[in-house]
Amino acid sequence: MSPVELQRGQEVARTIRRLAHEIVESNGGAEDLVLVGLLTRGAPLAGRLASAIEAFEGECPPVGRLDVGLYRDDVAHRDPPAPVRPSDIPLGVDGATVVLVDDVLYTGRTIRAAMDAIMDFGRPARVRLAVMVDRGHRELPIRPDFVGRNIPTAPSQTVEVRLAETDGEDAIYLMEGADSHGEH
Amino acid sequence: MVSIEPAAPTATEPEEQQGPAVTEDPAVWARKDLLDTDTLSAEEIDLVLETADAMAEVRERPVGRVATLRGTTVVTLFYENSTRTRASFEIAAKAMGADVINLAASGSSVGKGESLVDTVRTIEAVGADVVVMRHPNSGAAALAARHTSASVVNGGDGSHAHPTQALLDLYTMRRHVGEIEGRKVVIVGDILHSRVARSNLWALQAAGAQVTLCGPATLLPQSLRSLPGYEGPGGCEVTTDLEGALTGADVVMALRIQRERQDQGLLPSLREYIRQYQITEERLARANAGALVMHPGPMNEGVEIAPEVAHGLRSVVEEQVTNGVAVRMAILYLMATARRR
Repeated sequence: MSPVELQRGQEVARTIRRLAHEIVESNGGAEDLVLVGLLTRGAPLAGRLASAIEAFEGECPPVGRLDVGLYRDDVAHRDPPAPVRPSDIPLGVDGATVVLVDDVLYTGRTIRAAMDAIMDFGRPARVRLAVMVDRGHRELPIRPDFVGRNIPTAPSQTVEVRLAETDGEDAIYLMEGADSHGEH
Repeated sequence: MVSIEPAAPTATEPEEQQGPAVTEDPAVWARKDLLDTDTLSAEEIDLVLETADAMAEVRERPVGRVATLRGTTVVTLFYENSTRTRASFEIAAKAMGADVINLAASGSSVGKGESLVDTVRTIEAVGADVVVMRHPNSGAAALAARHTSASVVNGGDGSHAHPTQALLDLYTMRRHVGEIEGRKVVIVGDILHSRVARSNLWALQAAGAQVTLCGPATLLPQSLRSLPGYEGPGGCEVTTDLEGALTGADVVMALRIQRERQDQGLLPSLREYIRQYQITEERLARANAGALVMHPGPMNEGVEIAPEVAHGLRSVVEEQVTNGVAVRMAILYLMATARRR
């Protein structure tokens, strides 16, 4: 079955703007906010959210990128193994509101690893989770604070969020076949 | 110390394509052992160096360690003295969350005449996953690797190989000069007895560098003279002419001169060596501007390298030691995770 397009172009941009507004509203402003995108696909999304926040708040929150490869619970089972990449976390996560940003929330294991990882950089006052798509099937007690879209899926399916920065288009696709990256 | 940080991409910059749409097979580490650099592909070397980049970033965090290798036991087995190699493997293993047991030849049953093979089997029987080994005899690591299912990392065997030193040297070069391909790397000193020179040669050739090996005729191995010509990437030149060798060099690596070579009649005198082959500021002027000065340590300052060069602006000797930890973390990570699959 060919990929089913769920959202594209302006719709994706509007969802990102809404998420940006929700994040700022919940934080009571853009102060002490740090956006941390999870590699690979959370990183450009975090950048987009920061630009959106700057557009209406006049202040661009610091943006970081986090690789959770060394914190995963399935290091031994991933085939092929994911390459490990450097993280880049802005100074001053101590006392900040860190918003972890990822494209698709699935089992919750990546987020579990990300929470362990971010704590190695300091002690945030609070950690929140923003995702573009929540596709269900959680295996851990983890729940997002900001959700672009809830998309009920079967485990046999894959949701792919494509962003202009990395893929040349803004779109969300639902595809048959398990996610070969198994990241979410 | 020259320290040039690699450009860290920020999240607001466009990323390179790496999503599922681009199906580029990443290199995978599938080796049980790391005995030398001569069989490593350019892709495997890249994988080690890129993984080391991530490990270097881990070391810079407030908590400079992770728990990825908890449950993995690393044994260092050293039949020869070492400060930096043993210490940096231990630090690397602990920074990855592994358990580390250090064995020295003195103080273990090796002193009672236990053979290498028996020792390695015993280490495996008590649950070692990775054995880091240094031995005065060439080929010792390969022998050990054949008799154990534990992964063996060669931490230096005789005058044969020292792969992790070569990889950390390559990593250090890459951080400073960028792409290695086409760069002129000059290794000066006792090439004949140097496992560092040999492992560096293979790794540098795989990376496409132009390598020049330089030293007195008595310390240059005849076997390397028959290597492919100097022309083009991956070439190797063997010469006794230091001034010529240094001309246009991007990297100058001095090797430790061991004083006992003089007793073996391979060096007329230390003074003669210093006069002809010491890396001095004056000689370094022939190298390219910004050329790196490296040394695997420990240095004999005033013998193979002048003190003002050893601690000069071009020297990255201390950084080599620091980078050694990140590169060894990468190697332990790749080898331990390959074992679990």
